[in-house]
Order: sequence, then structure tokens, then C-alpha cells
Amino acid sequence: MWAMVIKEFRELKRDRRTMGMLIGLPILLLVIFGYAADFGVDDVSTAVVGTGADEIAGQLPAFFRVVEIDPTGTAQDATDDLVDNRADAAILTGDRRLLVDGSSLFTAQATVAAARGAGDRFDVEVLFNPDLETSWVMVPGLIGLIMTFIGTIVTSLGLVRERQDGTLEQLAVMPFRSSDVIVGKIAPYFLLAYLDMVAVTVLGSLLFGVPFAGSIVLFGIGAAIFLLVVLGLGVLISTISENQGQAIQTAMFFVMPQILLSGMIFPLTSMPWGVRWIGYLLPLTYFIQISTGILLRGAGFGSLWVAYVVLSVMAVIVFGGALLRFRRDLAPKLRSAPAVEAVST
Amino acid sequence: MSAGARSVSVALGGSEVLHHVDLDAPAGSVTAVVGGDGAGKSTLLRCLVGELTPSAGEIRRPDRALIGYMPATSGSWRQLTVDENVAFVGRAFGMSAESIEQRRTALLRRAGLSTAADRLAGALSGGMRQKLGFVMAVIHEPELLVLDEPSTGVDPVSRVELWRLISEAAIGGAAVVMTTSYLDEAERARSISVLDGGRVIAAGTRGEIIGSFPGSIAAPDRATVQERSWRRGGAVREWHPHGSTADGSLGPGDIEFEDAVIAHLLAARAASRRTAGT
Repeated sequence: MWAMVIKEFRELKRDRRTMGMLIGLPILLLVIFGYAADFGVDDVSTAVVGTGADEIAGQLPAFFRVVEIDPTGTAQDATDDLVDNRADAAILTGDRRLLVDGSSLFTAQATVAAARGAGDRFDVEVLFNPDLETSWVMVPGLIGLIMTFIGTIVTSLGLVRERQDGTLEQLAVMPFRSSDVIVGKIAPYFLLAYLDMVAVTVLGSLLFGVPFAGSIVLFGIGAAIFLLVVLGLGVLISTISENQGQAIQTAMFFVMPQILLSGMIFPLTSMPWGVRWIGYLLPLTYFIQISTGILLRGAGFGSLWVAYVVLSVMAVIVFGGALLRFRRDLAPKLRSAPAVEAVST
Repeated sequence: MSAGARSVSVALGGSEVLHHVDLDAPAGSVTAVVGGDGAGKSTLLRCLVGELTPSAGEIRRPDRALIGYMPATSGSWRQLTVDENVAFVGRAFGMSAESIEQRRTALLRRAGLSTAADRLAGALSGGMRQKLGFVMAVIHEPELLVLDEPSTGVDPVSRVELWRLISEAAIGGAAVVMTTSYLDEAERARSISVLDGGRVIAAGTRGEIIGSFPGSIAAPDRATVQERSWRRGGAVREWHPHGSTADGSLGPGDIEFEDAVIAHLLAARAASRRTAGT
């Protein structure tokens, strides 16, 4: 038995990824859950709009963190503040209404509770998700999560299978251009993930009544850019994995933080900056901003352009780097030194 | 066309795994590369097909579209059927659907795979998968056919058929280069290169290899020097380095190819030890 135990420890010691999971993952989970898992909302960003906005803003409890005072603004201006995500709540001084952004579920719930605690001072109106349905908030995030799974895990598995089965070297010597192989390998996963995205969006609408308030084209473009990022991650993972087990292990390191730190479950604004900054490095964070913004709030490019730009930069860096690495793997010393090779036709 | 390598060296991971290797693979003939594990056989083949670029030397080969390659893993896609594997390779090499169908039917029949045409490659036995790999490598009638251990795991009867197919490819004009661990197979090739430690230690026809090892081979009743002796069936063979006298030395007609290859290997290693000692 001891021989077996010693053999197992030796193998584990040399399997750095498994050791990484054994040691790194518990620490990661502890830190994330310890610091990030906070459903509590300490304050809510608030716009005060209408006549006497200055005075009313000064009387608000500390929970309502005033980010904008607009004495000349209209109800439309207040709604735009919420659509463009400049504030989570807006107070209309004229008719004493409190508009709440229902697409930020926990923030909205806390805001409604705080308003009720303050008596009948304001009529509360929840926009974009009037019944504060959890599914309405989760589905836009799940669309991104499903694309992340397919793009990162399934793609890396498909690519690593070529290496594991020894067919990558077969492809490398066939009369394909590197780009043929790369596009040919990745396009099916792109299409499948895109179809999945469409299916989940339609099902979310049919089963849970999730609205689609914004532009389909804008959403489709955002999904495509996001998909390039996660596909790029999948390709990168495949280039550093020798077999499918390693690919799954590595993919978990990329996927887990996205589930926990993208704002899909725990509000980003509730996380301390020590953890929150990780969330801002994750592509799912920005896709959720896009999907929630377009589906629920009907937001346009004008209010989501930052998310689009960040995702586009990520796509160029991650997908570009992945293609270069894959190309290197496909043709390791690819006909790079023709001086020593006499190739005749 | 003639394919081959001239003074090719390859460095992988900081160490040289091929040292100034020469190989000539004329059209219409089979050239066998033999050697033990880690001798550099597969590395040489990967250079020939263009998967690796040598650090020095020259490779002669036709355009990629005229090369057929069967890696040691057979190179088949496990989740595709036999038919689909062959068709994919045919399409990759630009063959028409009609040509693919004709060649596929003929080759699968010759390889004894007709009845397995709809089976997944991953569900085939090791030998059947090797034969599928061969069919995939020759579907487009390449000018240079490179086969890495094509007969490993193939049953003896199927191996005979596989050799027939290899010979036909050569008769059809292809330059065939193959590695093998079976010396009885290598003997059938027109020319043979013996690799050891990344160096060619013997090359030529079967007769040239038998006639060119230094020293002599004896057939004593029992081994006198363990590290230079080996068994052939019930008999003992012993290599005596050049210059030593050996009673009962075998004449050229009595020396088998395998004995000659072993003598070449022992001579090369003895020379290597002498060089290291000086």
C-alpha cells in the first residue's frame, strides 16, 4: 500500500496543474467567497432631477449617494440616466417619484426596501424589471456564461484532441494554409456557440418572459466580439495543454472567476476593490453589461460603448495571440528556413 | 523525382537528435530506415515531410500536395468513419469526388477495410487503423510516400497485404520512405539506412549492409564476451571487432541481415566509446 501512496504522491508532484488546482483553487474560492460574495448594498447611486433638486438631494438619507443633481431635467432625462447606467435610481422631484433600475436586482431590491423604510415620501417605480424577477437578470448573464463554456472549454477540448490523437501533425503536412486549418477548426465552434446564444435568448424570452428592449443587431455584434474573446481563450488553453484533462483543468481557472467575479451573481459594486479589479479584467463582466443593457434597459451604443471597446481590445489581444500560438503549434518550424530546403514541384 | 536528405542535423530542446544524416529515396523504390527507440527515425521523417525544419543540411522533397504521410499514430480522426477519413484527406488534396470514390473503393478493398467503411476509426483495432492510415496516405497517389512504422500492430497476414500495397506504390513511381522496427521487413526495401543515436551507421542495399560491417561474426557454442553476443534462435552469435581473429567466423553467405545490423550497432557504439575516451 505504501508503494502505491508514494507512487501517487510522486505523480501528483509532477502534475503541476493538478497541484495548482489542489492548492490554488481552494485559496481562490476562499478569497472570492470571503470578499466578493456580498449581496448587501451599502448605497445606491442616485440622480435627483427636477425643481428643487438641490434641496431634496440635501435631505436624502446617506443610502442615496447622489451622483447627479439636475434642477432643469425632465422625467425622460431621469429615465435616460438609468438606461445609460449613470445611476441606479432617479428621484423626480416634481411628482415625488423614485425610479429604480430593476436590471440591477440586488441594488433595486435594496433601494425599494430603503424607500419603503422612509415612509410614503416617494412613489416607487421599478423600471426594466418591474416585478424584480431574478430570471430576467440571470438570463442575460447565462447567455454569456454558456458562450464562455462553449468557447473556452469545448473549443479547447476539440483542439487538444487533434494533438492527443496525433492528427495535428497530419494536418500540418497537408496542403492547407495555416489559416485554413485555424479557421476550419474554429468556425464550427463559433457558429455553434452563436446558435446556442440565439437559442438561450429566445428560450429566455419564451419561458421566462425576459424582454428584448434594445437593438438585435447591436446585441449580435456584442455577442460575436465576446465570442472571439472566449474562443481565443479556448485556443490559448489548447496550445498549453497536452491532453483533454489538462485542458479542462486549465479552463476551470479561466471560467470559475468569470462566474463569480463578473457581476452575474454578486454585484460588482458590493465587492472591495482588492477583488473587484479582477472582475474588470474578465470579458464576461463586459458582456453582461451589454446583454443586460440591451435586453432589459434597451440601452444603445452610446451608453455601452466602453464595454464594446474593452471587449474589442480583448478580442484583438486574446484571439490574435491565440492564433499566433496555434499557428506556431501547427507548423512548429514551419518552412521557416527555406535556405536549407530544396522543394521541387 | 528523388527525395532525400543531405547532411541534415536537427536540434530539439537544446540537444542534437540528428547528426549530419544523409538519405536518398529515389522514385520507384522503397527506402527503409531502421533503428532502435530514440534513434531519430521519426525525426528524420518529420523533416522529410516538412513538419520540422532542420537546423542544418538540405531536404529534397516535392510540393506538399505531392507528399503522402502516415504518422506513427496512423493519423486518422477517431470520430470520423473510415470512409469519412479517406474522403476528407482526398478533398484536402484537391481530388474530385469521383476520383476519391474510385480510389477509396479500390484501396479499402485491397486493405481489407471494405466491410469496416462505416465504422468509426476510433473503434478499429490497432492494425486496422494502421491500414486506414496507409490508405489515407496514398489516396492522392503521392510522389513521395512517407510511412512511420506502418506495420506496427498489424497482424502477419495483413502485413503481407500492406507490403504488397507499399510495393505497388513504389512500382507506380512513388519514392517510398518508411521506418520499421522489423528487420525482416526492412530487408525487402531496395535500400536501408540504419540509424543509431541520430547518426547513420550503415546504409545501402541488404547485401551492402551485410558486407560492410567491420570485424567478423562468429557462431561459438557459447558466448565468450557477453556484451558482444546475442542469440539467433537456438544458436549464439558473437561480433569480433576488426582486427581480432575469431574461430568459426561466418562466411558472407551465412550472415543474416539482422546479425549484420547488430554488428554495425555494436561497432558504432564501440567507436563512440573510444571517441569519448580519448
